Amino acid sequence: MIKVLFFAQLREQLNCAELTINLAEDTRFTAVSTLEQLRTELALTDDNWQSCLQTGKLLMAVNQTIVDGNQVLKDGDEVAFFPPVTGG
Amino acid sequence: MISVQTQDFDMAAEYQALLANTDGTSNSSDGAVVTFVGLVRDYNQGNHVEGLTLEHYPGMTEKALEDIVVAAQSKWPLGKVRVIHRIGKLALSDQIVFVGVTSKHREAAFEATQFIMDFLKNKAPFWKKEVTNIGERWVEAEDKDVKAQQRWDKA
Repeated sequence: MIKVLFFAQLREQLNCAELTINLAEDTRFTAVSTLEQLRTELALTDDNWQSCLQTGKLLMAVNQTIVDGNQVLKDGDEVAFFPPVTGG
Repeated sequence: MISVQTQDFDMAAEYQALLANTDGTSNSSDGAVVTFVGLVRDYNQGNHVEGLTLEHYPGMTEKALEDIVVAAQSKWPLGKVRVIHRIGKLALSDQIVFVGVTSKHREAAFEATQFIMDFLKNKAPFWKKEVTNIGERWVEAEDKDVKAQQRWDKA
């Protein structure tokens, strides 16, 4: 199982804060091995997910470290998608 | 030392803590203290701001701030470093962020404080949602903050 988190306006636009995905058994995701492939598959959910997840500005983290789409996912990972940060 | 918290912080108490060693004795080897406080401003990106809410990514926030402090410590000879960032609902003029750095000399303390803020602005997972005169909106990330961080690539 992997946990997928969404933050800030992305969470609001998707109306979703968290998903749990079984990469080995959820038929939709059995071909997913990298973070970019996960993003592409999630974007296929519907038009809204497509427009929210396909923007180039989105940041992605695996196990709380920002990484690029080539990151290979493994069971137990915590994945997060979020917009550019605006703290401080 | 890093804190992510809803409650306010006391600038004077934080300053005193930076001057003391962990055993309570005075930290007499450092000759410079630089502190920065970021506040909620009443105007942003073309609109009047009435307040804001700060969201964060629990766990990653602390880790990202820790990494930034470690990077600063490897670049400059620093004494003590303190970072506080608030989350939740904040009103105009409320304190948002505190960075305090001590060092033997002022150059390192000044530069490290700026470095920590520049990286915090781009790498720490916080997001501001403002209440403005035209309604609520998420603050847009700004190119000037990216540029401010990139200047350290050359330094």
